[in-house]
Amino acid sequence: MSNLRWLLMPALCLALAGSLLADEPTAEERAEALADAEQEAAPGPTDGLADDTAEVVRQFASSRWQDVRDAINALAELGDADGLPVLLALQDRRLYYDQDERVLIEDPLDGELRDAISGASVSRDGLELSEPPLTNPIRRSLRPVIGQLQIFSDDVNLRRAAAEELADRPQAAMLPQLQEALEQETNAEVQRLLRIAVARLQLDADDPEVRLDAVQTIGEIRSSRLKGTLQNFLRTDDDGEPLESSAEVRQAAQDAITAIERREQMARFFSDLVYGLSMGSVLLLAAMGLAIIFGLMRVINMAHGELLMIGAYTTFLVQNLFALHMPQFFNFYLVAAVPAAFLVTGAVGILMERGVIRFLYHRPLETLLATWGISLLLIQSMRSIFGAQNVRIVSPEWFSGSVQLMQGVSLSTSRLGVILFAFFVVALVWLLMTRTRLGLEVRAVMQNRQMAAAMGISANRVDMWTFGAGAGVAGLGGVALSQIVNVGPELGQAYIVDSFMVVVLGGVGNIFGSVFSALGLGVFSKFLEPVTGAVLAKIFLFAAIIVFIQWRPQGIFALKGRSAED
Amino acid sequence: MRQLFITRIATLHSPLGWLLFALLVAAVLVLMPVLNRVVPPDSFFHVPNWALTLMGRFLCLALVALALDLIWGYTGILSLGHGAFFALGGYVMGMHLTRNNFADGGVPNFIQFLGQSDWPWFWVPFQWFWFTALMILLVPGVLAFVFGFFAFRSRVRGVYFAIITQALTFAMMLLFFRTETGVGGDTGLTNFRTLLGFSVRDADTRLALYLISGLALILSYLLCRFIVTSKLGRVLTAIRDSESRVRFTGYNPLRYKLFVWTLSAMLCGLAGALYVPQTGVINPGEMAPAQSIEMAVWVALGGRGTLVGALAGAGIVNGMKSWVTAVYPDLWLYFLGALFVFVTLFLPRGVVGLFDRFFKRGGQA
Repeated sequence: MSNLRWLLMPALCLALAGSLLADEPTAEERAEALADAEQEAAPGPTDGLADDTAEVVRQFASSRWQDVRDAINALAELGDADGLPVLLALQDRRLYYDQDERVLIEDPLDGELRDAISGASVSRDGLELSEPPLTNPIRRSLRPVIGQLQIFSDDVNLRRAAAEELADRPQAAMLPQLQEALEQETNAEVQRLLRIAVARLQLDADDPEVRLDAVQTIGEIRSSRLKGTLQNFLRTDDDGEPLESSAEVRQAAQDAITAIERREQMARFFSDLVYGLSMGSVLLLAAMGLAIIFGLMRVINMAHGELLMIGAYTTFLVQNLFALHMPQFFNFYLVAAVPAAFLVTGAVGILMERGVIRFLYHRPLETLLATWGISLLLIQSMRSIFGAQNVRIVSPEWFSGSVQLMQGVSLSTSRLGVILFAFFVVALVWLLMTRTRLGLEVRAVMQNRQMAAAMGISANRVDMWTFGAGAGVAGLGGVALSQIVNVGPELGQAYIVDSFMVVVLGGVGNIFGSVFSALGLGVFSKFLEPVTGAVLAKIFLFAAIIVFIQWRPQGIFALKGRSAED
Repeated sequence: MRQLFITRIATLHSPLGWLLFALLVAAVLVLMPVLNRVVPPDSFFHVPNWALTLMGRFLCLALVALALDLIWGYTGILSLGHGAFFALGGYVMGMHLTRNNFADGGVPNFIQFLGQSDWPWFWVPFQWFWFTALMILLVPGVLAFVFGFFAFRSRVRGVYFAIITQALTFAMMLLFFRTETGVGGDTGLTNFRTLLGFSVRDADTRLALYLISGLALILSYLLCRFIVTSKLGRVLTAIRDSESRVRFTGYNPLRYKLFVWTLSAMLCGLAGALYVPQTGVINPGEMAPAQSIEMAVWVALGGRGTLVGALAGAGIVNGMKSWVTAVYPDLWLYFLGALFVFVTLFLPRGVVGLFDRFFKRGGQA
């Protein structure tokens, strides 16, 4: 399985690049692009193979695993990249031979058989196909050879994947080739991996100078996968004599280990920080709508989680709409889902406000009960409409995959997207509150209702629009959540307590306090998690918030002046 | 003094009220057991065993509603965390029952999975019933006292208090869901067999548990009635109506609130402890925030600030729940949701308020 993924990753990247340029990726076309990429990766066997390569390839027509192993090694010695399709086919179990010992490759896309040597299509009629054996030892020897052949590929993704493999399992015989590849290489990441591979091989050299060089190189690269190997240099044998004879090399190994450990610590710190920020932005998106509805309007909206859920279901509907009616634009359904979710949840919010909440403004605890009732109604309606199961949301291609932020720290694109989206939503709310007429009126009404009414603002109408805007923002949170968690009727229940914690901690009435508290909570819990485990970390945070509220009942950013009075 | 106390008790209700009270007590403690035991099974009036156990459970839930009404209806503090106290009492009882299952040695699977061959330290004293009985009141009581002390001291009130109690029960739920906590993880505690040497599945034990629940409810009701008609009760109502004014008059609301809050939690724990042997299971799901909010709607439906209302509310909602979930399982959440909205919009004083209004209108006409 992991082989397959390893093989598909670069192909996927290619397919992604291809589809972004092509601008018209339906599901089938995507599959096609993927297959194309694979074919590009594995140069088509149409040109025919060189004679010596062909000779080796014929050896694959055997049922003995020893023959197959020898054939693989022979291909590795030849170093002919044209042999690559055969190896890839073997790895994917697409390689066959017939009764005449002709070696055949099954095309991954159309399932047609092609002669591995001539590249000509072969009809399946009358063929008795057998597969060469694919045992685990063969798989193991297969991978580095594929890597070795791919390292000279023109495609940087393929080269990186190959170098990754070689850095893990370099073989002594490849050293000259690796050095040659290293000289030609232009991509920094591939260079790094190749240097690891070379250094790894040189660690066993007889010449202490070469060993020292290799150890220093590793120290420079600070690759954590080589830490264990370096530690071997510091071991002593049973008599207390160091296994490594050269003191210089030992010292260098020690320094390299220290450097690697420092780097690991840093990587861990950054990855905690980044993951914490990502978790914080999820919290922030979940809580932003509540910061308006509860923070500004003081309405305890227990149906907030369900507004998130409606936002997520709207995304689901938009996705289906795109898949059905405009598959060519499927990749952009998220862009359309954003305004759609805002409008739909906003409308639901306005209905709630007009139908129930406006009668309860002076009875906050009863608002709590009524909105809880509304949340039950919404959950059950979603169950009736969409079923109790989770619905399937497919992230668009440009939203899946991952981005490497630094060595050892990578983040899935969707997480990164959520962080950016959180900033977008905060900016949107800021614009809404400070740069629009509605925002001005909202702030006026929330500060002093009577005075605002005396100035000719219809407080009643402002209530409605504020609630609608808050609900709409919650819907935006739902769009983001749909991309990272399962979408089902109970989606919102998981976020309701968290959201209230964020708003209370940030300071009720202060929208931007919520931004800090959400990000802070995310980062804190990520730093706690390695020590305590995820669940205990959450319990500790809740305990900490409860204690914090005792100490500062108004939250981190308390309002000052008249509006602070209860 | 003794005489005084009795006259004080006598003033809890009007003569008519006492009459109704005696009738209700008789119905719960005498009529139901008679219908269960004496009336032949094929008679229309026969109460089967399962119905008796169901009613025993309702009595426990009514006790929860009573406890919640004391704190919300009379003192104005809405707690969304009473499910935690209820479940804690239940867990204490469940731990004792689980120990009883392994009286001959051995430990349950969930402890073996933790890699331990013996009971963890906090399980040890639960082999004694007296300790368990004490803990049923102490565990929820101490948690409530500590939590309440800090919350009330820093004057966390109203909505904020409701939200942090919700966080409390949510955090407790997460804690009890962990297998490492050592109380059964997400399955909780179940498969109980004996309590004080009696089999908990036995019809006689079930009847006894029903009667004990009934008795506990009646005594707790009298206690609550005693409190709300006393001077203490007046202060509580005053705190509900205007806490600042109470403070300015020279009272310290902290003590009153803390007392009634802790008492309420203890009653809840007692209810949980009686509930568990009748249900046969306790798991962290009881601590879900939704459960606690549902408790609030029992009180709201019945009528806040009247103890009878709380009892009636618990009975109505749970009776409906048993019926609707059996007949139309999909409709229950619609029904409950609509009930929340309807009660808050149209019945601010609950069923009791409605009853009063009709009664008074009738009197005027």
